Formats: sequence, C-alpha cells, structure tokens
Amino acid sequence: MPITLKVNGTSRTVDVPPEMPLLWVLRDELDLKGTKFGCGANRCGACTVHINGVAQRTCTLPVSRAAGADITTIEGLDPNGAHAVQKAWEELDVPQCGYCQAGQMMAAAGLLAKTPKPTDADIDTALNTNLCRCATYLRIRAAVHRAAEIKAGGAAVGSSGAPGED
Amino acid sequence: MTPTTTPAASTPAPTRREFLKVSALAGGGLLLASYAEPVEALQRLVGGAPAAEPMLSAFIRITADNVVTITAKNPEIGQGIQTMLPMLIAEELDVDWKQVRIEQADFDPNKYPAQVAGGSTATPTNWIPQRRVGAAGRAMLLQAAATQWSVPVSELTTAKGVVYHKASNRQATYGSLATAAAGVTPPALDTVPLKDPSQFSIIGKRIPTVALKDILTGKPIFGIDVTVPNMHYATFVKAPVYAAKVASANLDVVKSQPGVTHAFVVAGTDNLAGLKAGVAIVGTNWWRVQEARKKLVVQWADHPTSQQSSAAFAAKAKEFFASAPQRTIRNDGDFDAAIKTAAKVVEAEYSYPFINHATLEPQNCTARINADGTCEMWTTSQTPQGGRGLVASTLGIKEDQVVMHMMRAGGGFGRRLYNEPLAEAAFIAREAKVPVKLIWTREDDMQHDQFRPGGFHKFTGGVDANGKLIAFRNHFATFGNGERFASSADIGPTEYPARFVPNLRMDVSMMPLGVPTGALRAPRSNALSFAFQGFIDECAEAAGKDPIQFRIDMLKAEIPPQQPYTPQQQAQLMSAERIIGVLEMARDVSGWGKTTLPKGTGMGVAFYYSHRGYFAEVVQATVSKAGVVKVDKVWAVGDVGSEIINPNHAEQQVQGAVLDAMGQAYGQEITFTAGKADQGNFAPATTTAGNASNFSLLRIRQAPPVVEVHWKKTTYPPTGIGEPAMPPLIPALMGAIWQATGKRVRQLPLSKVDLKWS
Repeated sequence: MPITLKVNGTSRTVDVPPEMPLLWVLRDELDLKGTKFGCGANRCGACTVHINGVAQRTCTLPVSRAAGADITTIEGLDPNGAHAVQKAWEELDVPQCGYCQAGQMMAAAGLLAKTPKPTDADIDTALNTNLCRCATYLRIRAAVHRAAEIKAGGAAVGSSGAPGED
Repeated sequence: MTPTTTPAASTPAPTRREFLKVSALAGGGLLLASYAEPVEALQRLVGGAPAAEPMLSAFIRITADNVVTITAKNPEIGQGIQTMLPMLIAEELDVDWKQVRIEQADFDPNKYPAQVAGGSTATPTNWIPQRRVGAAGRAMLLQAAATQWSVPVSELTTAKGVVYHKASNRQATYGSLATAAAGVTPPALDTVPLKDPSQFSIIGKRIPTVALKDILTGKPIFGIDVTVPNMHYATFVKAPVYAAKVASANLDVVKSQPGVTHAFVVAGTDNLAGLKAGVAIVGTNWWRVQEARKKLVVQWADHPTSQQSSAAFAAKAKEFFASAPQRTIRNDGDFDAAIKTAAKVVEAEYSYPFINHATLEPQNCTARINADGTCEMWTTSQTPQGGRGLVASTLGIKEDQVVMHMMRAGGGFGRRLYNEPLAEAAFIAREAKVPVKLIWTREDDMQHDQFRPGGFHKFTGGVDANGKLIAFRNHFATFGNGERFASSADIGPTEYPARFVPNLRMDVSMMPLGVPTGALRAPRSNALSFAFQGFIDECAEAAGKDPIQFRIDMLKAEIPPQQPYTPQQQAQLMSAERIIGVLEMARDVSGWGKTTLPKGTGMGVAFYYSHRGYFAEVVQATVSKAGVVKVDKVWAVGDVGSEIINPNHAEQQVQGAVLDAMGQAYGQEITFTAGKADQGNFAPATTTAGNASNFSLLRIRQAPPVVEVHWKKTTYPPTGIGEPAMPPLIPALMGAIWQATGKRVRQLPLSKVDLKWS
C-alpha cells in the first residue's frame, strides 16, 4: 500500500505494509541510515526522530501513523551539522562509538524546542530514555547546556571540535 | 579544515593493489610502506614501480596540494584509535594536523601489523613503530629537499608540513617534494631518529574524533549501515540452550511468508564461539524477516546443558566452600598456622553475576560470495584476523580468500573479539547464494553473548595486634573443565594481595559450564577487583586502619614468592611504587579524610592494576534511608606512563569506564534457567536495574555530576587506557556505601542488596 511521508522536508512515497515500523522504512526503504536500531522495544532511544517537532521513537511505530506528518531525522536536523545541538556536540566532542548519538541529539533538540534553558534535572528527564552504552552522559549534559547557549546567541568556540585545546 | 574519514565504500572500490598501482603510476605522490616490510620491498614501492607481490602496507600518501593522507589500521570501536594511531605518524612526520586526512584500512595482515582492538594493547605496541613510520617519511622528504637544493640534510628543518633551509631562506611544502621523495631510499626504520617529547606538537593535544562530523550528521559509517548490490537480509535463530541442535522446524510455513526468499536449517558446530546450530531466514527486508520469524516453530534436540542454572551454580559453590579445594595455585608461608595466631580473623563470601556486553549496535555482518570464490565481508570485528580464520574454516576456504572491510563499531567492550556473526553471515550468504546483511535482534544479542562469567569467593583474613595482615586465603569457585578455566573465569597467582602477605593461599575449585563466556572490558579484573579490594577493605577495618594507609603499608612490604614467577608473570608484575603513586594522588585530590560527611554519605577507595595501567579511584556516594544509592562524585587517578597521547579521548575512556562500572554495580545481571539466559531486552527507562527478564544499562539520570580525571605522569612508556580505569570503581563505591550505612556489599548487583538504614 503506497504511503506518503514527509521526510526532512521532502515528500517520499513508499509501498510497504502499514504496520512496518517507521525505523525500518527510514533505514531500508529511504536509505536514511543515521537513525539506528538498538532494541526494537522502545527501550534505548537509538531510533529517535522528530515527528511534527516532537522527539519520538520509531522502532515500534507503524509507518501508517506517521503518514502525512513532518518527519525530521538526523540527516535533516542540519545536513552540514550547523544545528545548535550538532555544533555543541562537536565543540565538546561528545561521542565515543557514536552509535546512540543521533538519537541523543534528536532528543536534545526536542528538549530545547520546548525548554530553551534546561536544568540538569530537565536534561536527565528528557534524555533518560536514551541509552549510551559508552556512557558519554557527562559530555551529553554539558553539550545540551552549550547548545542552549548557542541557540540563545552564544558564539561557537571555534570549529575545531576540540574542547579546551591547548 | 577538519580531517575526515573515508569509510569503506558500499560500492565495489578498487582493490588496495589496484590503488597502489594507480598511485605509483600516477607518480604524483609519496607512498610510504610499513615498518613490517624489508627495506628492499619499501624501495620497490616508493621507487615508483608498480606494486608487485607481496602486497605492501601503506600508511602515508602526500599529494601536490600538501594534503597528507594517513591510514588508520586498527578497528575503531569508540576508543578513538582511528584518531590516535595517525596522530603518532603525523607527529613524527612533522605535519600540521589540519592538513591530515584519515583513511580507515581494510583488514590485510600482509600490509598492517596487529589489526586488533583488545587488551588495551594498541598504545604500547604502536607507540614506537607508528612514530617510526612518520619519522621515516620525514627523513625521505628531507633528503629530497637536500638533493634539490644541494645542501646537507643537517642544515634543514621542518615544521607543519614544510621543509626549511634557513641559511638560504628557502622552503618547500611536503606536497611539492613528494614525488622526488618517492625516489629516495627509505631509512632503516629501527634507527630512524624520533623526536624528543619536548618537541611534540600533536601528541598530548586534545585532538577531536576523526569521524566526528560523520557521526553528527548521520553518515552510514557503522557495520549495520552497509549496503551492497542485491543485498538480502538475514536473521539467524539459535537454540536457547547453547549448541543444541535443530530437531525439526516448520520451514514451509516460514518460506511462504511475504518477503522471505530462503529458510533453512544450519547444522552448525559445537564451537560456542563459532557457527552454532539454528534456522536461517533470508528475505528482501529485515523487518519482513522478523515477521516471518514469529511464525517459526522449532523443536530443539535435547542437550546435556539444558539443566544448568544460576541457582545450581550458587549451590555448587557452597559445596566447594564446605570442602577441600580442587587445587592451590599459590601457597606462601603457612596460612593454617598463621591464621591461628591472628589477633582478629575476618571471613566473608563474595559473589558476582554473569553479565552481558550489550553493545548498542547489535551484532551484525554483511557477507558476499564473489564469483572468484572469495568471501567479502563488512565487519565490526575487534579481531578481524580471528574472524578471517573462523570464516575460512567454516566455509572450507583459504584465509586469503576472505576479504574484510573494517567498519566502525557501535561499541565493542570485548564482545566483538568473538566472531560468530561473521561465520553466520558467510555461511548463510553461501547457502542462499545472495549477499546478506545479518542483524541480530536485541534478544539474540542478549541471550547469545560471550558472557562475563559470574564467580564466587570465600575469603579468610587474619590481622595481628599491630594491624598487619599476616594471613590471607581465597577460595575461588569458578568455571572450567579439568585444569582449564572457562574463558575469562580464570585467576592468576599474582592477584593482589598476593606478594604482599607472608602467609597466603590461593585455592580454586571449578564446575563445568555450558555457557559461552569471554572477555568483557578489563576481563577478570572487572570482577576480581570487587571481591579482592572489597575484602581488603574489611581487613583494613579489622586492623583499625585507614583503607588507603592500610593498602600503602602492605604495598611497601613485598614477600618473595615461594615459587619463582614465570618470565611472563615477571614481565607483568604490578609495580607497588606506581600503585602507591596513584593512591597517594587520589588521597590528595579527593580530600580523603579531610571532609566531614553527613550520615548516609561516605567515601570509598580502591586501586587496581590491569592491562599495564595503574588506577586508584575515590567515590563519594549518598545512600537514602530507603536504600537508594547515588554517586555524588568520583576522583580517578591513572598512571599510564609518560604521555597521555590524546587527552580528549583518554578522559572519555576513563569517565566511560567509571560509569560503565557503575551500571554494572547498580543492576546488571544475566541469570540462567533450564540452560538458557533469562534476560531478553533492555530494562525500561522507568526502572533503575534489570530483573528476571530485562538487563539494565546505566541511564543519564544515574550518572554523577562529576568524574574528575587526574594523570600521574611517570617515566614509563605510554600504555593503554580502554580498560584499566574500570576495575577500581565498584569496590570504591562499596567502600563509600559501607561508610554511609555500615553495610558491606558482598553480592552484585546492588539491586539485590538491602541498603536501608535508619
């Protein structure tokens, strides 16, 4: 059954069963591999994207429920990495293996859209659903605060991505 | 400009050999081959001749635009090695990091030495050789400039990819010299001079992750992201009881499901780290294949291990502790006599569970059988060499018929030292006659890990009237057959406090095991540290001594061994001096003993030596009256030698190891019932620990606000950092809990321990 999706601003039509999870449609039908499979059970958050601006998981979400909605994946957050969250993540060099980070950044961007100046507690609540097996949580927390600053007009600290380069 | 990676292409790329030929024939640049090759072979390559047999490794390519491409040879699993090894080459080549591009190598043992991610070995084994590769390149460029300008090499200097002749005010970029340098005879690698550390301009700097931008923009760089033409998707259903065979399966029903192209039984082998028995389902879409899997009904044949269980393991350990040990691996002085003279005797039993590696990227592999009979693989293996051997033996082909592309791995932690997914993908691809991407479900990954084995320890310690530990015994109930320990279930005769107690006995009893086990980050040490350092704390309490001073006093009085150490043991002996160094620094930076803490808050300490690294950690934790533990702060002090090559990643590895250990302590456990693992997926975010059906990873809410990382620089050559920061954390946390509540934790995970206080 053809289903039309609006992904990263572009209209895309896929012919898949309506119950196929959006994650696998994104990855294997639309070749958007940035959104990750981690658990298939809404437990890890690696598959987080924005649906109508709200961070949501996609590994169990039937594609039919996303038809017509505005979907943003990590590839569309900013393709050049210029979104405040990507810039903050780059400044602080947050990732270790990097596998969860698309989900972390989408969750962080979702938080900042609602809460421009989050506290540590706000961050912990919003991102508690996103597992990082490498446990980069300290840099994630710092990067969300930094992204809030950048969004509010704070200048980026160079483009080298090196925190406190000496 | 930021260096970027070129991940292995998803479309067929020129082979390395073609690539070498093209580069050499084009004549536009310098290719510098490996230190592993004889000089004549180097000359042949850099002399511009088309690459002949044997294939040569190439680490450096410099083009006319002064861009320097450096090959990163090792598997990248998040430890930052793709950044660090090229830093070593770039340092001695004397280029600006901004002009460097990084290319990930494919697996090729004819070109690259030791392409492995394990044992925190990359730093100690590459520290000198990779620098020599860079230094040799610089020497060739200098020679080319000297010839061009008719001046002696001794009058030339380099900086940031430029050669200078100050006397005549001339300069030339490496790019402009590269073609000429390619004709220079390379220097002998073992005598090429290296920089004095005071001259380092890249080593010691916070260099960003090479693939950072790709990660942040969602580029398809991980193993699971690979796509090849006509690729099919596979799932492989293995017996829940390890290595049980398939008795029957409703393959016809499965084959009739939409999108399914193949379904077949795999007879498999008895190798628990190889191709096990199961049912393969192949189709045009991974989700379709999972839907079809729901219709699969398999009857598994009976298997001898179908009765094993965690409860039975614990019961067997109790039996062992009530009996004489099976064997004694160290016996210094006379424990039995000394314990009778002790002023105080402490006895305790410690135990810890099996746990899962739980890499966030599930095990996966893409395999294609090519027309020439080769098996081409896209893998996240930490041991591609082992993977190649396993695939070759599984398919009955030669090792050089296995071609491997090394993709970025979504976490390793030791899981990808084992290569079952490679054997499965290769076998399924050959049977189905289509390229396949095999992806394990999370449940497959949880139940078919090479688990960190659980273990049981009975300790007896005796202190004399002066508070000195004079007698110590450990009876370790573990797993294995005959005298052979199960993988990662072993212990050695130098485990601390061995060497530092005059009357000491280390006993072992082993029960058989039918569960696959293996190395998890800081193997053995991650578990033994909890038990041994925990009990040492109890001995310190019995002695009425400060836990740090008690340890330092012991470390200052080494006892000669009754049995001489083997050369290997001798080479790996912990240095008491270096441990004392990190303990003293941890005491200083944490304000140990100088802080008045409220009731319910405590500080604990532990040290550990593993993988050549020395770490001491102090934890401050608060336990609520309801028994909920919260870590307030951690101070980690490490001695890994004279240089922290990339402080950016070294700090990440320490903080990651500390938090990883916290996650283990809080709620990680795999249990077995009727021969199979009980846990299937991650615990929900609403919980703080695993349970009978779920496995927990640390979540951000459980992460402390601060983990301070301090380096104790010493004069020793640099060693690795991926593992040694992990072991001290758990016992240090238990020390903090004891100070906060008066309760000793002797069993993990904490979720099973009652810590309520009033």
